[in-house]
Amino acid sequence: MKVAKKVRELPPSGIRKFFDIATGVPDVISLGVGEPDFVTPWRVREASIYSFEKGYTTYTSNWGLLELRELISKFQYDGMKIDYSPRNEILVTTGVSEAIDLAIRAITDPGDEILVVEPSYVSYKPCVQMAGGVPVSVDTSAENDFKVTKDDLKPYITDRTTAIIINYPNNPTGAVMTRKDLEEIADVAVEHDLMVLSDEVYEKLTYEGTHASVAALNGMRDNTIVMNGFSKAFAMTGWRLGYACGNPEIIESMMKIHQYTMLCAPITAQMGAIEALRNGQDDMQAMVREYNQRRRVIVNGFNKLGLTCFEPKGAFYAFPSIASTGLTDEKFAERLLFEKKVICVPGSVFGKSGAGHLRCAYATSMEGIKEALARIEDFLDGLKKEEAPVIKNKH
Amino acid sequence: MREVLELLERDARLTPKEIAERTGFDEKDVVNFVREMEIRGIIKRYKTVIDWEKFGDESVYAIIEVQIGLERNAGYNAIAERISKFPEVVTCMLVSGDHDLHLVIKGKTMKEVAFFVAEKIAPLNQVQHTATHFMLRAYKTEGEVMFEKEEDTRLVVHP
Repeated sequence: MKVAKKVRELPPSGIRKFFDIATGVPDVISLGVGEPDFVTPWRVREASIYSFEKGYTTYTSNWGLLELRELISKFQYDGMKIDYSPRNEILVTTGVSEAIDLAIRAITDPGDEILVVEPSYVSYKPCVQMAGGVPVSVDTSAENDFKVTKDDLKPYITDRTTAIIINYPNNPTGAVMTRKDLEEIADVAVEHDLMVLSDEVYEKLTYEGTHASVAALNGMRDNTIVMNGFSKAFAMTGWRLGYACGNPEIIESMMKIHQYTMLCAPITAQMGAIEALRNGQDDMQAMVREYNQRRRVIVNGFNKLGLTCFEPKGAFYAFPSIASTGLTDEKFAERLLFEKKVICVPGSVFGKSGAGHLRCAYATSMEGIKEALARIEDFLDGLKKEEAPVIKNKH
Repeated sequence: MREVLELLERDARLTPKEIAERTGFDEKDVVNFVREMEIRGIIKRYKTVIDWEKFGDESVYAIIEVQIGLERNAGYNAIAERISKFPEVVTCMLVSGDHDLHLVIKGKTMKEVAFFVAEKIAPLNQVQHTATHFMLRAYKTEGEVMFEKEEDTRLVVHP
């Protein structure tokens, strides 16, 4: 048996490793889940059941149902004021994950370097590697609210650099970038003729002001692939439905790969998504309000415990620093799991600039958040007691 | 501040401190706002949604459709007020359609509810007709679905 070199060389997923450790520990409170705790709004589920009853069980156009693309076009226009033609500028995909893979494959030749702004979602770099490209990490830091600047990007740009992958609102940090912040990326992209792959799946989970997309900036529409989906905004993770928007040439190229691999996104999910975009806004806003309440509680909680937590203005993650405890994020997360049965994901899983932090998803009930904070407080008290004798011995 | 009312509507036991933490408002502002809402009668009272059937209670509920013949110089308010004052009447609303007042009556037995309607509602001068529907089972009350919660089937760690 032979496994391809490219696959063998993919690093094992750090999050997978942590998942294996955490699975099987009973009675845990998990802040480790990167998906909503809400069930998909009933009207969406009901619409999809109805589509089964009506016999909608076939393939759709490779692009996705035209009705859905028209609604996506309107949804994107309402959100970011960019007009994408439903005809050839929007591709419905099997989750944003597929859109990311397609986008990277569509633009990457062997040896092309793609900048990945970190800490980041775990799939970007492996996708670049699988496409034959070279992923290049660009670090961001809590001091700068995990935003990426021109100065962060510049040192990594070579004549092989072809694109930048960004994800704001960000998983795992909860950072957002304003229109003004994004202008720095746009400047770099225009100057060096780079594509920007913008994963905006957390767009609707923006808690101050409205989401800004780099595609809306001057000269960026045709150099940006905007990727978005239904998982977070409408609590539809398991439906696997996303989409990509961009200029026709690039979207058609992505469609070419999609038609030979996925063929089309599942029709049942597309039917549900149509209902979500038509009538699901109130359900979505109710979820966003609830996340926002939990966000305030958890951020406040961490800061009170002395775990400095910059204010995450999007997504559903808090990213407190645990550096003050003297433990590594991996050790902290592991001990917290075994000693207090609380799951948080070590920040270093998302890139080396995530080290010293924990990703804590507040997509869990308010009671769960409060209990988790209480247990973390207990854990920190225990750590302090451990430290005390060591200091004593020194004197 | 609407968010404060929404939170209280769902959980009246939240303290001003908790509300302040969730909404980002100042605790003092929350206290003042809630007091003002109470004074202005926007917050009527604080109550609890109870699944009485699960508790084992045998209360009987009935929906009564009442047709009213209006008298000169008196609108629906007078008769509605008169009916509403009975403690057995849990809900009283004016509705469109083929009847006028829509009542929900609570009693200990069907007989008690039936007698209440026969003795106190039907004989009123303005009441022309009543129709009584006994409730057999409640599936959703006050926005609360009376079924078991859907299970959380998520994996414990996920990127």
